[in-house]
Amino acid sequence: MTGPLRVERRLDTPKWLKLAVPLVSILLAAIIVGILLAATGHNPFSTYHQMYSASVTADGALTATFVYATPMLFTGLCAAFAFRMRTWNIGGEGQLYMGAVGASATGLVLGDWPRPLLIIAMVLGGAFAGMLWATIPALLRAYLRTNEILTSLMLNYVAGFFMYYLIYDSSSYWRDLTTPGASVFPTGKTLVANAAWPGITIGTFTLPMGFILGVGLAVGLLVLIRSTRYGFEMRVMGDSPQAANYSGIRTKRKIVSVMAISGGIAGIAGSSQIGDFGHVLDPRGLEQAQYGYTGIVVAALALYNPLAVVLVSLLIGGLTNAGFALEGPSFPTGLVGTMEGIILFTVLGGEILARYRIGLRHRAVAPAAVGTGASS
Amino acid sequence: MTDSVLDAGGGQAAPAAGPTPASSPSANGPGAVPGALAVKAIDMTKRFPGVVANDHVSFEAAEGEVHALLGENGAGKTTLCNLLMGLYRPDEGRLFISGRAVRFHSPRDAQDAGIFMVHQHLRLVESMTVAENVVLGWSKPRRLRFSPRTVEKAVAEAADRFQMPVDPSARIWQLSLGERQRVEILKALYRGAKILILDEPTTVLTPQETEQLFSSVRDMAAAGRTVIFISHKLPEVLAVADRVTILRQGRSITTVPTAGTDADHLAGLMVGREVSLEATAKLAEEPGPVVLELEGVSARGDLGTEALKDVTLSVCSGEILGIAGVAGNGQRELAEVITGLRATTEGKITIGGTRLSVGDPRAAIDLGIAYVPEDRMGTGISPNLSIADNLMLKSYRGKTMRSGPVLSGRKANANAREMIKRFDVRAPGPRTLIRQLSGGNIQKVLLARELSSEPRVLVAASPTRGLDVGATQYVRRVLAETAQRGVAVLMVSEDLDEILELSDRVAVFYNGRVVGILPAAGANRQQIGLMMAGAA
Repeated sequence: MTGPLRVERRLDTPKWLKLAVPLVSILLAAIIVGILLAATGHNPFSTYHQMYSASVTADGALTATFVYATPMLFTGLCAAFAFRMRTWNIGGEGQLYMGAVGASATGLVLGDWPRPLLIIAMVLGGAFAGMLWATIPALLRAYLRTNEILTSLMLNYVAGFFMYYLIYDSSSYWRDLTTPGASVFPTGKTLVANAAWPGITIGTFTLPMGFILGVGLAVGLLVLIRSTRYGFEMRVMGDSPQAANYSGIRTKRKIVSVMAISGGIAGIAGSSQIGDFGHVLDPRGLEQAQYGYTGIVVAALALYNPLAVVLVSLLIGGLTNAGFALEGPSFPTGLVGTMEGIILFTVLGGEILARYRIGLRHRAVAPAAVGTGASS
Repeated sequence: MTDSVLDAGGGQAAPAAGPTPASSPSANGPGAVPGALAVKAIDMTKRFPGVVANDHVSFEAAEGEVHALLGENGAGKTTLCNLLMGLYRPDEGRLFISGRAVRFHSPRDAQDAGIFMVHQHLRLVESMTVAENVVLGWSKPRRLRFSPRTVEKAVAEAADRFQMPVDPSARIWQLSLGERQRVEILKALYRGAKILILDEPTTVLTPQETEQLFSSVRDMAAAGRTVIFISHKLPEVLAVADRVTILRQGRSITTVPTAGTDADHLAGLMVGREVSLEATAKLAEEPGPVVLELEGVSARGDLGTEALKDVTLSVCSGEILGIAGVAGNGQRELAEVITGLRATTEGKITIGGTRLSVGDPRAAIDLGIAYVPEDRMGTGISPNLSIADNLMLKSYRGKTMRSGPVLSGRKANANAREMIKRFDVRAPGPRTLIRQLSGGNIQKVLLARELSSEPRVLVAASPTRGLDVGATQYVRRVLAETAQRGVAVLMVSEDLDEILELSDRVAVFYNGRVVGILPAAGANRQQIGLMMAGAA
């Protein structure tokens, strides 16, 4: 009838399963990817070793992993926070761009400030810009009932074009017009050395300041959600907007403030791109990285839990890093993408497994009829 | 064969089945045909964390029998059905269908065995036609091509055969709730239902539709099908069932034939003590000063049309004002306007002399207006939050639930434990999710929250709708006590008896207007009925 499999909904998920499922999922992904690698003529074991080395053990590999993980941590938190209240802020990408614009402006304008103040100003500058950008879809959603998925998504493109305009199509404050080549190869102004964020260096490994900031933010968000009135209101809103309205929660303001905070977090991702890594507004680099969109995947894999976002961002950061290291003439980009896709697929699939009980189908009616032999 | 099945599945094995001999169902009701046992459940047990929802429940129903499962909310009726339907797996117990031992793993298994259920909340796709809904997800016979015309013809034939008049090409959203329910039943019959479970089927029906349903149920039984009828309404059970199995606190108490019993007896069995179905005594006292006052209030409905027109009324401290009227004549809008959930277009509302700001629920709460909304699950509570969280839905802003700047889970739990005890909520603990509670217990949580805020005004909209005998009496008693403590109570109800029993005065609504306000003592039902119909 419906095939040999049967699927039943679990009433409650046992604790051991919550741990076992992600581990088994990753193992399963490794097996499937291994088969794929073998089929395309690569030795799975040496490839895995290469990936591990490229993301953890090789010279500078772990640092690179954190470089990828840091922006994903912020954009992951951005999505996870808003999604908790079922406010679908898909605009992390654009809010990150605007954050980068804001932070680089702050860094350029306040270049002669003392270093600690300058850095704090850059963080806030990026957060503020991201916040403002997120407020647009938030206000539209709260007061005109537009769909925030569409508006926040479309504003990503607007922010992208705005960033390109600043560097390529105008003589804006951000653009470097001092060198003679600047009109042929447009670039942004490089920030003063003081505006570079300090990292913690242990041997060859450097932990970016942005990552530490992100972990602190994750802890803060968890406390906010779990044990404050603000977080309680978010939980009620996420579960039942009517009940929220009934209980006196200012639902419209709530939507705007949650979206603004979410956008501010993505804005700090932009700050970190400027302060930690780039030190210059680089539209092309930011756009190609697509950290805003990856953040949505990170949030989903972390089940919107801020602390889990920290771990997942490292996992995806490592994968991205390893992927770039593997790419080459004998290892096409498509294969790297396929591998990453399989891993995400199994992990998300595993979550469904944890919520349902799946097994082989038994016959519905047991063949032994108990009553038949009794008195005939 | 049938005889042997009957013997093997006889009543001796079921200790709780009471004095009913399984071999004589025919004597019990007008439509019962002597037949084999269609369903036999022995010692069905289902435990949930903290609760035994079904504790060795046994019952049996013959072919051609209408068998009622009667019990209060939380007595285990729904759990038992979910066990029969394969939605849950029993921890203990055995189930026989037509004499064969079965073990279901999914609803599909149960359907293959001929068991179908019509849920209280119908499960139809509103944008699809009747015919499409009937065949949806049903792959017998298996065909690749889906031809709407063939399907409609087949469904029309089935509707004819089962005497379920319904237009197969109509879309679900065009149908009344009664017609939709008929589609659900037709769907089950079309798929070969031998045993049909109806879960509280009359909740959404008008009296006429209920009559029609009962006659269909009798027809189905006469055709040899078994109908399991779940209800907590005694008159219905007496009207339609051959036998009744009474469930109380997860146990099957006894099974009795409906012939030779009466409502009082059944109510006693159901609640576990002597109950009188008579009115809650209300102490006549002089009402205090006016607390809630509406002057010339108008408001728009959801569709933008004027739903409240120039309403002027007042409620005194210690008084219950009953709002009577046929549903949809502005009662819901009235409740929402007073509680700030709906903006007024004209007029003013004052609470103890203070004017209520327009459309601001928080201002209404702060002025001491408590609200038990009609839409309990959708508005009154947050279903996926715990009892403790729901109890502080209106008090979390204050200092009582905090330690320093953060909310205190310990204080919330302590508060919840106290409320659970004081309002007799049946729940495993303060962290239980609200949606896991029965309707009566949800209403108790709601009342607990609203009354613990020491309100000046209580607006209660259809506070007993869908509740069983015990819970209804409880809620009515709480409302009467609340008024006696000096709260101004405004109660909306479609049940005129309830209004006359509880209220001091009655305001009759028709078409958004107050047609008249009269004292409840000595009120003429005939006259109120005419006013409700807009004829007086």
